[in-house]
Amino acid sequence: MEKTTVFNSRLLPYLLLLPQLVVTVVFFYWPASQAVWQSFLREDAFGLVSEFVGFENYQTLFAQPEYYKSMLTTVIFSSLVAALSLSIALLFATQADKNLKAAGGYKTLMIWPYAVAPAVAGVLWFFMFQPSLGMLSRPLRGLGIDWNPLLNGNHALILVVMASVWKQISYNFLFFLAGLQSIPRSVIEASAIDGAGPMRRFWTIVFPLLSPTTFFLLVVNVVYVFFDTFGIIDAVTGGGPAGATTTMVYKVYADGRLGGDLGGSAAQSVILMVIVIALTAIQFRYVERKVQY
Amino acid sequence: MAFRQFGAAAAVTVALALATPAYAVTEIQWWHAMTGANNDVVNRLAEEFNASQSDYKVVPSYKGAYPDTMNAGIAAFRAGNAPHIMQVFEVGTATMMGATGAIKPVHQLMKDAGEPFDPKAYLPTITGYYSTSKGEMLSFPFNSSSMVMWINKDELKKAGVNDIPKTWPEVFDAAKKLKAAGHDTCGFSNAWASWAHIEQFSAWHNVPIGTKANGLDGFDTELKFNSPLHVKHLQNLVDLQKDKTYSYGGRGSANEARFSSGECAIFLTSSGYYGTAKATAKFDFTSAPMPYYPDVQGAPQNSIIGGASLWVMGGKKPEEYKGVAKFFTFLSDTNRQADLHQKSGYLPITKAAYEKSIKDGFYEKNPVLQTPLKELTNKEPTENSRGLRFGNMVQMRDLWAEEIEAALDGKKTPKEALDSAVARGNAMLRTFEKTAK
Repeated sequence: MEKTTVFNSRLLPYLLLLPQLVVTVVFFYWPASQAVWQSFLREDAFGLVSEFVGFENYQTLFAQPEYYKSMLTTVIFSSLVAALSLSIALLFATQADKNLKAAGGYKTLMIWPYAVAPAVAGVLWFFMFQPSLGMLSRPLRGLGIDWNPLLNGNHALILVVMASVWKQISYNFLFFLAGLQSIPRSVIEASAIDGAGPMRRFWTIVFPLLSPTTFFLLVVNVVYVFFDTFGIIDAVTGGGPAGATTTMVYKVYADGRLGGDLGGSAAQSVILMVIVIALTAIQFRYVERKVQY
Repeated sequence: MAFRQFGAAAAVTVALALATPAYAVTEIQWWHAMTGANNDVVNRLAEEFNASQSDYKVVPSYKGAYPDTMNAGIAAFRAGNAPHIMQVFEVGTATMMGATGAIKPVHQLMKDAGEPFDPKAYLPTITGYYSTSKGEMLSFPFNSSSMVMWINKDELKKAGVNDIPKTWPEVFDAAKKLKAAGHDTCGFSNAWASWAHIEQFSAWHNVPIGTKANGLDGFDTELKFNSPLHVKHLQNLVDLQKDKTYSYGGRGSANEARFSSGECAIFLTSSGYYGTAKATAKFDFTSAPMPYYPDVQGAPQNSIIGGASLWVMGGKKPEEYKGVAKFFTFLSDTNRQADLHQKSGYLPITKAAYEKSIKDGFYEKNPVLQTPLKELTNKEPTENSRGLRFGNMVQMRDLWAEEIEAALDGKKTPKEALDSAVARGNAMLRTFEKTAK
């Protein structure tokens, strides 16, 4: 006997699908299509004058050297943030997974930064490293480092990377810890009896078993650095100095919200959307092959 | 029992709701960006106005920092429920002006409402900023400020600088002495980089920032601030930045604390910094006019204003406009303006209020508050010093600061940086020109 469900009504499956479809259309496709449409318009801030200009917004964008610069900044920024926040979180999670005293308190403290709003996190880091008033820039100066994120682009980039990583570690930590705790102890114990050292146990057993979690986090982190970091950048550096920390998403925010250039900003978000869709597709196509469920 | 009480309460509520129109109080929404002591000033003004008559009620609401308030207003307008009065900072002026139909010009408002209104009663350097080239006032000046040089008198004395520097070369000398006397992280500094070294600098030296009277006479304006004088000034800053005789401190006002903490003894920022300086600085300080290059003919000219003005949004009922006009008349009252100026440190907006403050002997006790007024009224404004009005100015300020930063960090020469700031700014102006009609 085959187990099949038979729908007598042709309408019923569609009806059952409907809520999901409505939500997807209203909250995803509709705004996305609006952005695409707006990228072909030239509008003033108040929406009084609106003119169809075709691909002009895109042409203007690709004629700006600053736009290519923001692309490069995004590549450097996002790879640093994703790599650092994933590896540091994994390190912390493996430590927290050991049998520690007061592990509960330790875990709670690790999750804390996630509850801090990006802008608050940004201000916090800004004040710690403000060149003349920051309490952490004084010791740096003592070490002979002329720390100045207000003028030195590399320092500013390091600062926003640190703030963004700090903000994301908690989230990654949570998932890694859950992943680690679902690995059966017996497998690890068996390999220990067979004489495998801690490093070997980690790389041959634990890490492969964690791969679904790692893959999920990789996708989530890429989306995070592409879309959610503008609050931090705005609070810490405002995209400066001299555009050194202007990532693509920050440029979308700066041009659209501060500059009132909705068309140009929409064109940038469409490009950003295409890039992230492509990245996600690549991840699922190539990286997922290495994942063992 | 409970139900009966509920029923009674409901009946009372309905009766009240029905009765309210009988009083016919017209509400006027006022969105602003004032925090702290300034927020109290706004609330007090609204309360006093509401108590002075029974037909209108001004309801102030804080909507965040200047750009946030402006964005909230624009978003509300697009959604069809803009406030009646919106406080917009000076750099948003061109955006508001470009939106004919979204706003109701103040001169029109006063005329329609039959309120007495004489544009000549207001200080011309202030209203010039908010008026058309024909002199029609578009928005109502509210809180105005200008840029001044703050001086830590104690530290200057310690460093052996006896006179407050007047010119840029004197400032550079004083900064070097300060540095030698132990201020090794900051000889002098400033907040608002673009405002200080491009906008105010140009007006103060009577050189154009852009064509068409800095954009006041039309949106088809082009930027001009890559002149030899501008390049020379930026070159000086770059040279002094190398050993921190000059110490750049960011685009906004976040580094103002470096003055009150004593780190920087010479500091250029808004005259509106007075309240904070008074509350936090533990030394003898004063304000002085901005420095100038003595070899530039006509310098110093006059400074231009900062701060914000009140814009009246379009599409409201005549009855509501009448209330707004009455409120503006209320604000223009000489005693009220003089009081506001003397208590808050904002500039007085009417000539009468300024003269009253002089007559009261207010400036003899508070010379610090007269510096910005002396700067603004130093000379009759010229094409280059009436003000500036460039589209997308909010973003353009950041763009200019970006290029200044590139020069100070040695990534570009001052000439390259200023040329690029002008070229990028012009591209932005052309985009704006196409949407502003």
